Amino acid sequence: MNMTVKQISVFIENKPGTMVSITDALGTAGIDIRAMSLADTQDFGILRLIVSDTEKARAALASIGCVTSVTDVIAAVLPDTPGAMSGMVRLLAKNNINIEYMYAFISNTDKKAYIVLRIKDTDTAVKVLTDAGFSLAKSIN
Amino acid sequence: MKAPKTHNIYSPEYECMSRDALRELQNERLRRVVKHEYDNVAIYRERMDAKGIKPEDIKTVDDLRYLPFTNKTDLRDTFPFGLLAVPKRDIVRIQGSSGTTGKPIVSGYTENDVEVWTEMVARAIVAAGGGKDDIVQVCYGYGLFTGGLGAHQGATRIGAMTVPMSSGNTQRQILMMKELGSTMLCCTPSYAIYIGETVRDMGLDPKKDLRLKSGCFGAEPWTEEMRQRLEELLDIDACDIYGLTEIAGPGVSFECLEKKGMHVNEDHVIPEIIDPVTEEPLPYGTAGELVFTTITKEGMPMLRYRTHDICVLHDEPCACGRTTVRMGRITGRTDDMLVIRGVNVFPSQIESVLVSVKGVSPFYMLIVDRVHSTDSLEVQVEIEENSFSDTVSALENIRNEISEKVKSVVGISAKITLVSPKSLPRSEGKAKRVIDNRKL
Ligand SMILES: [Zn+2]
Repeated sequence: MNMTVKQISVFIENKPGTMVSITDALGTAGIDIRAMSLADTQDFGILRLIVSDTEKARAALASIGCVTSVTDVIAAVLPDTPGAMSGMVRLLAKNNINIEYMYAFISNTDKKAYIVLRIKDTDTAVKVLTDAGFSLAKSIN
Repeated sequence: MKAPKTHNIYSPEYECMSRDALRELQNERLRRVVKHEYDNVAIYRERMDAKGIKPEDIKTVDDLRYLPFTNKTDLRDTFPFGLLAVPKRDIVRIQGSSGTTGKPIVSGYTENDVEVWTEMVARAIVAAGGGKDDIVQVCYGYGLFTGGLGAHQGATRIGAMTVPMSSGNTQRQILMMKELGSTMLCCTPSYAIYIGETVRDMGLDPKKDLRLKSGCFGAEPWTEEMRQRLEELLDIDACDIYGLTEIAGPGVSFECLEKKGMHVNEDHVIPEIIDPVTEEPLPYGTAGELVFTTITKEGMPMLRYRTHDICVLHDEPCACGRTTVRMGRITGRTDDMLVIRGVNVFPSQIESVLVSVKGVSPFYMLIVDRVHSTDSLEVQVEIEENSFSDTVSALENIRNEISEKVKSVVGISAKITLVSPKSLPRSEGKAKRVIDNRKL
Protein backbone atom coordinates (compact mmCIF):
# COMPACT_ATOMS: atom_id res chain seq x y z
CA MET A 1 0.00 0.00 0.00
CA ASN A 2 1.20 3.49 -0.80
CA MET A 3 2.18 5.24 2.40
CA THR A 4 3.50 8.46 0.90
CA VAL A 5 2.02 11.75 -0.20
CA LYS A 6 2.75 13.88 -3.27
CA GLN A 7 4.75 17.05 -2.78
CA ILE A 8 5.25 19.72 -5.42
CA SER A 9 8.57 21.57 -5.53
CA VAL A 10 8.69 24.93 -7.27
CA PHE A 11 11.85 26.67 -8.47
CA ILE A 12 11.85 30.26 -7.25
CA GLU A 13 14.07 32.98 -8.59
CA ASN A 14 15.00 35.37 -5.88
CA LYS A 15 13.10 38.40 -7.04
CA PRO A 16 10.23 40.35 -5.57
CA GLY A 17 6.69 39.24 -6.30
CA THR A 18 7.42 35.61 -7.09
CA MET A 19 5.67 34.21 -4.02
CA VAL A 20 2.68 36.48 -4.58
CA SER A 21 2.19 35.28 -8.14
CA ILE A 22 2.45 31.65 -7.02
CA THR A 23 -0.11 31.92 -4.24
CA ASP A 24 -2.37 33.96 -6.52
CA ALA A 25 -2.21 31.34 -9.25
CA LEU A 26 -3.04 28.55 -6.81
CA GLY A 27 -5.85 30.58 -5.24
CA THR A 28 -7.42 31.36 -8.60
CA ALA A 29 -7.32 27.68 -9.51
CA GLY A 30 -9.17 26.88 -6.29
CA ILE A 31 -6.32 24.90 -4.77
CA ASP A 32 -5.86 24.57 -1.02
CA ILE A 33 -2.34 24.59 0.34
CA ARG A 34 -2.13 21.95 3.09
CA ALA A 35 1.54 22.42 3.94
CA MET A 36 4.36 24.54 2.72
CA SER A 37 8.02 25.07 3.33
CA LEU A 38 10.58 27.28 1.67
CA ALA A 39 14.24 26.37 1.32
CA ASP A 40 16.24 29.25 0.07
CA THR A 41 19.75 30.33 -0.67
CA GLN A 42 20.87 33.84 -1.42
CA ASP A 43 19.94 33.53 -5.08
CA PHE A 44 17.16 31.04 -5.47
CA GLY A 45 14.72 29.03 -3.47
CA ILE A 46 12.68 25.88 -3.65
CA LEU A 47 9.12 26.10 -2.44
CA ARG A 48 7.67 22.78 -1.34
CA LEU A 49 3.94 22.37 -1.23
CA ILE A 50 1.43 19.72 -0.35
CA VAL A 51 -1.87 20.70 -1.93
CA SER A 52 -5.42 19.51 -2.39
CA ASP A 53 -4.97 18.67 -6.10
CA THR A 54 -1.39 18.05 -7.23
CA GLU A 55 -1.95 17.84 -10.99
CA LYS A 56 -4.20 20.90 -11.09
CA ALA A 57 -1.67 22.84 -9.03
CA ARG A 58 1.16 21.90 -11.40
CA ALA A 59 -0.88 23.06 -14.36
CA ALA A 60 -1.68 26.35 -12.64
CA LEU A 61 2.00 26.87 -11.84
CA ALA A 62 3.12 25.95 -15.35
CA SER A 63 0.72 28.54 -16.74
CA ILE A 64 2.64 31.28 -14.94
CA GLY A 65 5.97 29.89 -16.13
CA CYS A 66 7.05 28.04 -12.97
CA VAL A 67 9.14 24.90 -13.13
CA THR A 68 7.90 22.18 -10.83
CA SER A 69 8.66 18.61 -9.93
CA VAL A 70 6.70 16.09 -7.90
CA THR A 71 8.26 13.97 -5.17
CA ASP A 72 6.86 11.27 -2.91
CA VAL A 73 7.39 12.24 0.71
CA ILE A 74 6.49 10.60 3.99
CA ALA A 75 4.06 12.47 6.24
CA ALA A 76 4.22 10.93 9.70
CA VAL A 77 1.81 11.77 12.48
CA LEU A 78 3.80 13.11 15.40
CA PRO A 79 2.50 11.57 18.64
CA ASP A 80 1.54 14.10 21.28
CA THR A 81 4.23 12.95 23.71
CA PRO A 82 7.44 14.66 24.82
CA GLY A 83 10.49 13.59 22.84
CA ALA A 84 8.45 12.05 20.02
CA MET A 85 10.27 13.99 17.34
CA SER A 86 13.79 13.14 18.48
CA GLY A 87 12.69 9.52 18.89
CA MET A 88 11.68 9.45 15.23
CA VAL A 89 14.89 11.05 14.01
CA ARG A 90 17.02 8.73 16.19
CA LEU A 91 15.14 5.70 14.87
CA LEU A 92 15.91 6.65 11.29
CA ALA A 93 19.56 7.39 12.09
CA LYS A 94 19.91 4.02 13.82
CA ASN A 95 18.70 2.38 10.62
CA ASN A 96 21.17 4.36 8.52
CA ILE A 97 18.44 6.34 6.83
CA ASN A 98 19.45 9.79 5.75
CA ILE A 99 16.91 12.63 5.91
CA GLU A 100 17.37 14.99 2.99
CA TYR A 101 15.05 17.56 4.52
CA MET A 102 12.05 17.72 6.82
CA TYR A 103 9.39 20.16 7.91
CA ALA A 104 6.35 20.14 10.14
CA PHE A 105 2.79 21.33 9.85
CA ILE A 106 -0.53 21.00 11.65
CA SER A 107 -3.45 19.63 9.71
CA ASN A 108 -6.51 21.86 9.57
CA THR A 109 -8.95 18.99 9.69
CA ASP A 110 -7.63 16.50 12.24
CA LYS A 111 -5.55 19.09 14.15
CA LYS A 112 -2.67 16.63 14.34
CA ALA A 113 0.98 17.60 13.93
CA TYR A 114 2.69 16.01 10.93
CA ILE A 115 6.36 15.68 10.07
CA VAL A 116 7.13 15.62 6.36
CA LEU A 117 10.26 13.61 5.60
CA ARG A 118 12.12 13.48 2.32
CA ILE A 119 14.18 10.33 2.19
CA LYS A 120 15.90 8.76 -0.81
CA ASP A 121 14.96 5.20 0.06
CA THR A 122 11.33 5.84 0.92
CA ASP A 123 10.30 2.18 1.08
CA THR A 124 12.80 1.27 3.79
CA ALA A 125 11.88 4.34 5.82
CA VAL A 126 8.18 3.55 5.55
CA LYS A 127 8.85 0.04 6.84
CA VAL A 128 11.05 1.21 9.71
CA LEU A 129 8.55 3.86 10.80
CA THR A 130 5.45 1.69 10.58
CA ASP A 131 7.20 -1.20 12.32
CA ALA A 132 7.99 1.21 15.16
CA GLY A 133 4.32 2.13 15.39
CA PHE A 134 4.30 5.53 13.72
CA SER A 135 1.23 6.21 11.63
CA LEU A 136 1.80 7.59 8.16
CA ALA A 137 -0.63 9.65 6.12
CA LYS A 138 -1.88 8.29 2.79
CA SER A 139 -3.15 11.71 1.91
CA ILE A 140 -3.50 15.06 3.61
CA ASN A 141 -6.98 16.49 3.87
CA MET B 1 11.91 13.07 -40.55
CA LYS B 2 15.57 13.63 -41.25
CA ALA B 3 16.89 14.30 -44.74
CA PRO B 4 18.35 11.28 -46.56
CA LYS B 5 22.12 11.82 -46.63
CA THR B 6 22.41 12.54 -50.32
CA HIS B 7 24.95 14.92 -51.72
CA ASN B 8 23.30 16.96 -54.42
CA ILE B 9 25.46 19.79 -55.73
CA TYR B 10 24.00 22.86 -57.40
CA SER B 11 27.09 24.04 -59.32
CA PRO B 12 29.46 21.07 -59.51
CA GLU B 13 31.55 22.85 -62.17
CA TYR B 14 32.65 25.32 -59.49
CA GLU B 15 31.99 23.55 -56.20
CA CYS B 16 33.96 20.45 -57.22
CA MET B 17 36.70 22.15 -59.25
CA SER B 18 40.26 20.90 -58.83
CA ARG B 19 42.21 23.06 -56.38
CA ASP B 20 44.63 24.09 -59.14
CA ALA B 21 41.92 25.16 -61.54
CA LEU B 22 40.15 27.01 -58.75
CA ARG B 23 43.35 28.83 -57.79
CA GLU B 24 43.81 29.86 -61.45
CA LEU B 25 40.22 31.16 -61.55
CA GLN B 26 40.76 33.08 -58.29
CA ASN B 27 44.02 34.61 -59.56
CA GLU B 28 42.37 35.84 -62.70
CA ARG B 29 39.29 37.20 -60.89
CA LEU B 30 41.42 38.82 -58.19
CA ARG B 31 43.54 40.69 -60.75
CA ARG B 32 40.41 41.97 -62.42
CA VAL B 33 38.66 43.06 -59.23
CA VAL B 34 41.71 44.81 -57.78
CA LYS B 35 42.00 46.91 -60.94
CA HIS B 36 38.26 47.64 -60.82
CA GLU B 37 38.59 48.76 -57.18
CA TYR B 38 41.70 50.86 -57.78
CA ASP B 39 40.11 52.61 -60.74
CA ASN B 40 36.71 53.28 -59.17
CA VAL B 41 36.92 53.54 -55.37
CA ALA B 42 38.86 56.46 -53.91
CA ILE B 43 39.51 54.82 -50.53
CA TYR B 44 41.04 51.72 -52.09
CA ARG B 45 43.17 53.75 -54.46
CA GLU B 46 44.46 56.03 -51.68
CA ARG B 47 45.30 53.10 -49.41
CA MET B 48 47.08 51.18 -52.14
CA ASP B 49 48.99 54.30 -53.16
CA ALA B 50 49.99 54.83 -49.53
CA LYS B 51 51.45 51.30 -49.49
CA GLY B 52 53.07 51.88 -52.87
CA ILE B 53 51.09 49.11 -54.51
CA LYS B 54 49.72 49.20 -58.05
CA PRO B 55 47.01 46.82 -59.31
CA GLU B 56 49.55 45.17 -61.63
CA ASP B 57 51.65 44.16 -58.58
CA ILE B 58 48.87 41.80 -57.56
CA LYS B 59 49.26 38.71 -59.70
CA THR B 60 48.07 35.78 -57.57
CA VAL B 61 46.18 35.00 -54.40
CA ASP B 62 49.54 34.86 -52.60
CA ASP B 63 49.89 38.61 -53.18
CA LEU B 64 46.73 39.34 -51.17
CA ARG B 65 48.86 39.96 -48.08
CA TYR B 66 50.20 43.17 -49.61
CA LEU B 67 46.75 44.71 -49.94
CA PRO B 68 45.18 47.00 -47.33
CA PHE B 69 42.30 45.85 -45.10
CA THR B 70 38.76 47.17 -45.14
CA ASN B 71 36.78 47.60 -41.94
CA LYS B 72 33.16 48.07 -40.98
CA THR B 73 34.05 51.65 -40.01
CA ASP B 74 34.91 52.29 -43.67
CA LEU B 75 31.33 51.44 -44.61
CA ARG B 76 30.05 53.78 -41.91
CA ASP B 77 32.42 56.60 -42.80
CA THR B 78 31.53 56.44 -46.49
CA PHE B 79 27.83 55.77 -45.90
CA PRO B 80 25.85 55.31 -48.03
CA PHE B 81 27.53 55.28 -51.45
CA GLY B 82 31.21 56.09 -50.88
CA LEU B 83 32.42 52.55 -51.57
CA LEU B 84 30.41 52.05 -54.76
CA ALA B 85 32.59 50.95 -57.67
CA VAL B 86 29.88 51.47 -60.29
CA PRO B 87 27.56 54.38 -61.13
CA LYS B 88 24.53 54.55 -58.83
CA ARG B 89 22.19 53.79 -61.71
CA ASP B 90 23.72 50.31 -62.03
CA ILE B 91 22.69 49.42 -58.48
CA VAL B 92 19.46 47.43 -58.39
CA ARG B 93 19.32 46.57 -54.68
CA ILE B 94 20.29 47.95 -51.32
CA GLN B 95 20.63 45.68 -48.28
CA GLY B 96 22.02 46.60 -44.95
CA SER B 97 22.08 46.18 -41.25
CA SER B 98 20.51 48.48 -38.73
CA GLY B 99 23.59 48.60 -36.57
CA THR B 100 23.09 48.85 -32.84
CA THR B 101 24.94 52.12 -32.51
CA GLY B 102 25.22 55.09 -34.79
CA LYS B 103 24.90 54.97 -38.54
CA PRO B 104 23.62 51.90 -40.32
CA ILE B 105 25.70 50.27 -43.02
CA VAL B 106 24.40 49.44 -46.47
CA SER B 107 25.69 47.55 -49.46
CA GLY B 108 24.73 48.17 -53.09
CA TYR B 109 24.18 45.24 -55.47
CA THR B 110 24.27 45.27 -59.26
CA GLU B 111 22.00 42.88 -61.11
CA ASN B 112 24.90 40.46 -61.34
CA ASP B 113 25.66 40.80 -57.62
CA VAL B 114 22.09 39.76 -56.78
CA GLU B 115 22.51 36.87 -59.21
CA VAL B 116 25.75 35.69 -57.58
CA TRP B 117 24.25 35.97 -54.09
CA THR B 118 21.15 34.05 -55.19
CA GLU B 119 23.33 31.28 -56.58
CA MET B 120 25.33 31.06 -53.36
CA VAL B 121 22.16 30.53 -51.31
CA ALA B 122 20.81 28.08 -53.89
CA ARG B 123 24.00 26.04 -53.40
CA ALA B 124 23.45 26.12 -49.63
CA ILE B 125 19.84 24.95 -49.77
CA VAL B 126 20.72 22.15 -52.21
CA ALA B 127 23.60 21.12 -49.91
CA ALA B 128 21.11 20.87 -47.03
CA GLY B 129 19.07 18.41 -49.11
CA GLY B 130 16.78 20.88 -50.86
CA GLY B 131 15.34 20.63 -54.37
CA LYS B 132 12.39 21.37 -56.57
CA ASP B 133 10.02 19.22 -54.53
CA ASP B 134 10.68 21.06 -51.30
CA ILE B 135 8.54 23.56 -49.46
CA VAL B 136 10.92 26.06 -47.90
CA GLN B 137 9.61 28.17 -45.05
CA VAL B 138 11.67 31.31 -44.62
CA CYS B 139 11.38 32.79 -41.14
CA TYR B 140 14.35 35.11 -41.28
CA GLY B 141 13.22 38.72 -41.16
CA TYR B 142 12.56 40.27 -44.56
CA GLY B 143 13.75 43.79 -45.31
CA LEU B 144 17.15 45.41 -45.32
CA PHE B 145 18.49 42.46 -43.32
CA THR B 146 19.81 39.94 -45.86
CA GLY B 147 18.43 36.81 -44.16
CA GLY B 148 14.85 36.85 -45.45
CA LEU B 149 15.38 37.91 -49.04
CA GLY B 150 18.59 35.88 -49.34
CA ALA B 151 16.93 32.60 -48.38
CA HIS B 152 13.87 33.57 -50.42
CA GLN B 153 15.86 34.13 -53.61
CA GLY B 154 17.88 30.95 -53.17
CA ALA B 155 14.83 28.79 -52.51
CA THR B 156 12.99 30.29 -55.48
CA ARG B 157 16.04 29.73 -57.69
CA ILE B 158 16.10 25.97 -57.08
CA GLY B 159 12.39 25.82 -57.90
CA ALA B 160 11.27 25.03 -54.37
CA MET B 161 7.89 26.24 -53.12
CA THR B 162 8.94 29.27 -51.10
CA VAL B 163 6.92 30.43 -48.09
CA PRO B 164 7.92 33.99 -47.11
CA MET B 165 6.79 33.99 -43.47
CA SER B 166 9.43 36.40 -42.15
CA SER B 167 10.10 36.17 -38.41
CA GLY B 168 7.70 36.36 -35.48
CA ASN B 169 4.21 35.13 -34.71
CA THR B 170 5.51 31.71 -33.85
CA GLN B 171 2.18 29.92 -33.43
CA ARG B 172 1.12 31.02 -36.89
CA GLN B 173 4.49 29.91 -38.27
CA ILE B 174 3.83 26.46 -36.86
CA LEU B 175 0.27 26.26 -38.15
CA MET B 176 1.44 27.16 -41.66
CA MET B 177 4.28 24.67 -41.36
CA LYS B 178 1.75 21.99 -40.48
CA GLU B 179 -0.91 22.89 -43.03
CA LEU B 180 1.46 23.43 -45.97
CA GLY B 181 3.70 20.54 -45.00
CA SER B 182 6.87 22.65 -45.11
CA THR B 183 9.91 20.42 -45.58
CA MET B 184 12.68 22.93 -44.93
CA LEU B 185 13.21 25.81 -42.56
CA CYS B 186 15.48 28.85 -42.89
CA CYS B 187 15.92 31.03 -39.79
CA THR B 188 18.31 31.78 -36.94
CA PRO B 189 19.18 28.72 -34.84
CA SER B 190 17.90 30.30 -31.63
CA TYR B 191 14.58 31.07 -33.29
CA ALA B 192 14.42 27.53 -34.67
CA ILE B 193 14.89 26.19 -31.14
CA TYR B 194 12.14 28.50 -29.96
CA ILE B 195 9.89 27.21 -32.76
CA GLY B 196 10.75 23.66 -31.67
CA GLU B 197 9.91 24.40 -28.05
CA THR B 198 6.65 26.02 -29.09
CA VAL B 199 5.78 23.01 -31.28
CA ARG B 200 6.16 20.84 -28.18
CA ASP B 201 4.21 23.30 -26.02
CA MET B 202 1.36 23.17 -28.52
CA GLY B 203 1.25 19.41 -28.03
CA LEU B 204 2.41 18.65 -31.56
CA ASP B 205 4.70 15.78 -32.48
CA PRO B 206 7.13 16.76 -35.26
CA LYS B 207 7.36 13.13 -36.38
CA LYS B 208 3.60 12.92 -36.95
CA ASP B 209 2.36 16.45 -37.39
CA LEU B 210 5.17 18.09 -39.37
CA ARG B 211 7.07 17.19 -42.53
CA LEU B 212 10.28 19.13 -41.88
CA LYS B 213 13.47 17.33 -42.88
CA SER B 214 16.22 19.93 -42.74
CA GLY B 215 17.11 23.60 -42.70
CA CYS B 216 19.76 26.27 -43.14
CA PHE B 217 20.38 28.11 -39.89
CA GLY B 218 22.62 31.11 -39.49
CA ALA B 219 22.99 34.85 -38.87
CA GLU B 220 24.31 34.17 -35.36
CA PRO B 221 26.99 31.96 -33.87
CA TRP B 222 25.81 28.67 -32.38
CA THR B 223 27.18 25.44 -30.99
CA GLU B 224 27.09 21.69 -31.65
CA GLU B 225 24.93 21.31 -28.56
CA MET B 226 22.41 23.79 -29.93
CA ARG B 227 22.43 21.78 -33.16
CA GLN B 228 21.67 18.57 -31.27
CA ARG B 229 18.84 20.22 -29.39
CA LEU B 230 17.39 21.75 -32.55
CA GLU B 231 17.65 18.46 -34.45
CA GLU B 232 15.92 16.62 -31.62
CA LEU B 233 13.18 19.17 -31.08
CA LEU B 234 12.15 19.30 -34.73
CA ASP B 235 13.47 15.91 -35.91
CA ILE B 236 15.53 17.46 -38.71
CA ASP B 237 19.07 17.86 -40.04
CA ALA B 238 20.29 21.34 -39.15
CA CYS B 239 22.96 22.81 -41.44
CA ASP B 240 24.93 25.92 -40.61
CA ILE B 241 25.02 28.81 -43.08
CA TYR B 242 27.25 31.87 -42.86
CA GLY B 243 27.30 35.24 -44.47
CA LEU B 244 27.41 38.95 -44.01
CA THR B 245 25.85 41.84 -45.84
CA GLU B 246 29.20 43.44 -46.58
CA ILE B 247 30.23 40.39 -48.63
CA ALA B 248 26.83 39.32 -50.05
CA GLY B 249 24.53 38.00 -47.34
CA PRO B 250 23.86 34.44 -46.18
CA GLY B 251 25.46 31.81 -48.40
CA VAL B 252 29.05 33.02 -48.36
CA SER B 253 29.67 29.59 -46.87
CA PHE B 254 27.39 26.73 -45.94
CA GLU B 255 27.39 23.19 -44.60
CA CYS B 256 26.55 20.08 -46.58
CA LEU B 257 24.75 17.19 -44.85
CA GLU B 258 28.13 15.90 -43.61
CA LYS B 259 27.88 18.84 -41.16
CA LYS B 260 31.64 19.13 -40.81
CA GLY B 261 32.27 22.79 -41.49
CA MET B 262 30.97 25.32 -43.99
CA HIS B 263 32.07 25.16 -47.64
CA VAL B 264 33.21 28.60 -48.75
CA ASN B 265 32.02 29.72 -52.19
CA GLU B 266 35.62 30.24 -53.26
CA ASP B 267 34.81 31.08 -56.86
CA HIS B 268 33.26 34.30 -55.51
CA VAL B 269 35.21 35.08 -52.35
CA ILE B 270 38.72 34.37 -51.06
CA PRO B 271 38.86 33.65 -47.33
CA GLU B 272 41.95 34.32 -45.21
CA ILE B 273 42.67 33.85 -41.52
CA ILE B 274 44.82 36.52 -39.90
CA ASP B 275 46.20 37.20 -36.47
CA PRO B 276 43.88 40.00 -35.25
CA VAL B 277 46.74 41.78 -33.51
CA THR B 278 49.71 41.46 -35.90
CA GLU B 279 47.41 41.29 -38.97
CA GLU B 280 49.67 38.62 -40.49
CA PRO B 281 48.04 35.77 -42.45
CA LEU B 282 47.88 32.45 -40.60
CA PRO B 283 47.99 28.95 -42.12
CA TYR B 284 44.96 26.67 -42.47
CA GLY B 285 44.14 24.93 -39.22
CA THR B 286 45.00 27.91 -37.02
CA ALA B 287 42.25 29.93 -35.33
CA GLY B 288 42.22 33.62 -36.12
CA GLU B 289 40.16 36.39 -37.61
CA LEU B 290 38.32 35.63 -40.82
CA VAL B 291 38.95 38.04 -43.71
CA PHE B 292 37.16 38.01 -47.06
CA THR B 293 38.03 39.45 -50.44
CA THR B 294 35.21 39.43 -52.96
CA ILE B 295 36.32 38.56 -56.48
CA THR B 296 33.14 38.77 -58.53
CA LYS B 297 31.27 41.57 -56.78
CA GLU B 298 30.73 44.67 -58.91
CA GLY B 299 28.65 47.16 -56.90
CA MET B 300 30.52 47.34 -53.62
CA PRO B 301 33.49 44.98 -53.85
CA MET B 302 35.31 44.31 -50.59
CA LEU B 303 39.06 44.21 -50.35
CA ARG B 304 40.33 42.10 -47.40
CA TYR B 305 37.23 42.81 -45.34
CA ARG B 306 37.80 42.09 -41.64
CA THR B 307 34.80 40.16 -40.30
CA HIS B 308 36.04 40.16 -36.67
CA ASP B 309 34.73 36.58 -36.53
CA ILE B 310 37.12 34.02 -35.07
CA CYS B 311 37.30 30.63 -36.78
CA VAL B 312 39.53 28.03 -38.45
CA LEU B 313 39.82 27.20 -42.17
CA HIS B 314 40.75 23.75 -43.42
CA ASP B 315 41.10 22.19 -46.84
CA GLU B 316 40.79 18.44 -46.25
CA PRO B 317 38.54 16.88 -48.91
CA CYS B 318 34.89 16.48 -47.89
CA ALA B 319 32.89 13.28 -48.33
CA CYS B 320 30.27 15.24 -50.26
CA GLY B 321 32.63 15.73 -53.20
CA ARG B 322 32.99 19.49 -52.93
CA THR B 323 36.60 20.65 -53.11
CA THR B 324 36.13 24.04 -51.52
CA VAL B 325 37.78 25.12 -48.28
CA ARG B 326 35.63 24.77 -45.20
CA MET B 327 35.40 27.05 -42.21
CA GLY B 328 34.71 25.79 -38.69
CA ARG B 329 32.12 27.29 -36.41
CA ILE B 330 32.53 30.90 -35.42
CA THR B 331 33.95 30.54 -31.93
CA GLY B 332 34.07 34.20 -30.99
CA ARG B 333 34.26 37.80 -32.09
CA THR B 334 37.37 39.90 -31.81
CA ASP B 335 35.11 42.82 -30.90
CA ASP B 336 32.85 40.78 -28.53
CA MET B 337 35.83 40.27 -26.39
CA LEU B 338 35.14 41.53 -22.89
CA VAL B 339 38.01 42.64 -20.75
CA ILE B 340 37.03 41.78 -17.18
CA ARG B 341 39.54 42.43 -14.42
CA GLY B 342 42.16 42.60 -17.15
CA VAL B 343 41.32 39.15 -18.51
CA ASN B 344 40.11 38.65 -22.09
CA VAL B 345 36.76 36.86 -21.98
CA PHE B 346 34.82 35.60 -25.01
CA PRO B 347 31.13 34.84 -24.47
CA SER B 348 31.69 31.69 -26.53
CA GLN B 349 33.99 30.37 -23.79
CA ILE B 350 31.18 30.67 -21.25
CA GLU B 351 28.82 29.02 -23.69
CA SER B 352 31.19 26.09 -24.12
CA VAL B 353 31.18 25.65 -20.35
CA LEU B 354 27.39 25.75 -20.11
CA VAL B 355 26.82 23.15 -22.80
CA SER B 356 29.09 20.77 -20.92
CA VAL B 357 27.02 20.99 -17.73
CA LYS B 358 24.01 18.73 -17.30
CA GLY B 359 20.82 20.37 -16.06
CA VAL B 360 21.14 23.78 -17.68
CA SER B 361 20.13 25.02 -21.12
CA PRO B 362 22.47 26.76 -23.60
CA PHE B 363 20.55 30.02 -23.07
CA TYR B 364 22.50 32.47 -20.98
CA MET B 365 23.12 36.12 -20.32
CA LEU B 366 26.36 37.68 -19.15
CA ILE B 367 26.08 40.74 -16.97
CA VAL B 368 29.22 42.73 -16.42
CA ASP B 369 29.30 45.47 -13.82
CA ARG B 370 31.75 47.51 -11.85
CA VAL B 371 31.21 47.92 -8.13
CA HIS B 372 33.77 49.80 -6.00
CA SER B 373 36.10 49.88 -9.01
CA THR B 374 36.14 46.08 -9.27
CA ASP B 375 34.67 44.33 -12.30
CA SER B 376 32.11 41.64 -11.67
CA LEU B 377 30.75 39.00 -14.00
CA GLU B 378 27.39 37.38 -13.49
CA VAL B 379 26.32 34.42 -15.61
CA GLN B 380 22.58 33.91 -15.73
CA VAL B 381 21.62 30.53 -17.06
CA GLU B 382 18.33 28.72 -17.42
CA ILE B 383 17.86 25.46 -15.57
CA GLU B 384 16.46 22.67 -17.63
CA GLU B 385 12.83 21.83 -16.99
CA ASN B 386 13.27 18.06 -16.79
CA SER B 387 16.26 18.13 -14.52
CA PHE B 388 14.76 20.25 -11.75
CA SER B 389 14.53 18.24 -8.56
CA ASP B 390 13.30 19.11 -5.08
CA THR B 391 16.63 19.51 -3.31
CA VAL B 392 18.71 22.63 -2.90
CA SER B 393 21.89 20.59 -3.08
CA ALA B 394 21.15 19.42 -6.65
CA LEU B 395 20.92 23.04 -7.80
CA GLU B 396 23.92 24.08 -5.72
CA ASN B 397 25.94 21.29 -7.35
CA ILE B 398 25.05 22.61 -10.80
CA ARG B 399 26.05 26.10 -9.73
CA ASN B 400 29.34 24.97 -8.27
CA GLU B 401 30.17 22.93 -11.33
CA ILE B 402 29.58 25.93 -13.62
CA SER B 403 31.48 28.21 -11.30
CA GLU B 404 34.53 25.94 -11.19
CA LYS B 405 34.54 25.35 -14.93
CA VAL B 406 34.20 29.06 -15.72
CA LYS B 407 37.09 29.75 -13.41
CA SER B 408 39.28 27.14 -15.08
CA VAL B 409 38.32 27.97 -18.69
CA VAL B 410 38.15 31.75 -18.48
CA GLY B 411 40.42 32.38 -15.55
CA ILE B 412 38.13 34.59 -13.50
CA SER B 413 35.43 33.80 -11.00
CA ALA B 414 31.84 34.62 -11.80
CA LYS B 415 28.59 34.72 -9.91
CA ILE B 416 26.32 32.03 -11.30
CA THR B 417 22.58 32.70 -11.17
CA LEU B 418 20.10 30.00 -12.07
CA VAL B 419 16.90 31.27 -13.63
CA SER B 420 13.67 29.65 -14.77
CA PRO B 421 13.45 27.92 -18.13
CA LYS B 422 12.47 30.19 -21.05
CA SER B 423 12.90 33.31 -18.93
CA LEU B 424 15.88 34.72 -20.83
CA PRO B 425 15.17 36.52 -24.10
CA ARG B 426 14.96 34.39 -27.25
CA SER B 427 15.85 36.64 -30.08
CA GLU B 428 14.46 36.40 -33.56
CA GLY B 429 17.56 38.06 -34.95
CA LYS B 430 21.01 37.99 -33.43
CA ALA B 431 20.86 36.93 -29.81
CA LYS B 432 22.10 39.54 -27.36
CA ARG B 433 23.95 37.71 -24.63
CA VAL B 434 25.98 40.40 -22.92
CA ILE B 435 24.88 43.34 -20.82
CA ASP B 436 27.78 45.55 -19.86
CA ASN B 437 26.70 47.99 -17.14
CA ARG B 438 30.16 49.37 -16.50
CA LYS B 439 30.39 53.12 -16.67
CA LEU B 440 33.94 53.73 -17.73
ZN1 LIG C 1 30.83 18.72 -47.81
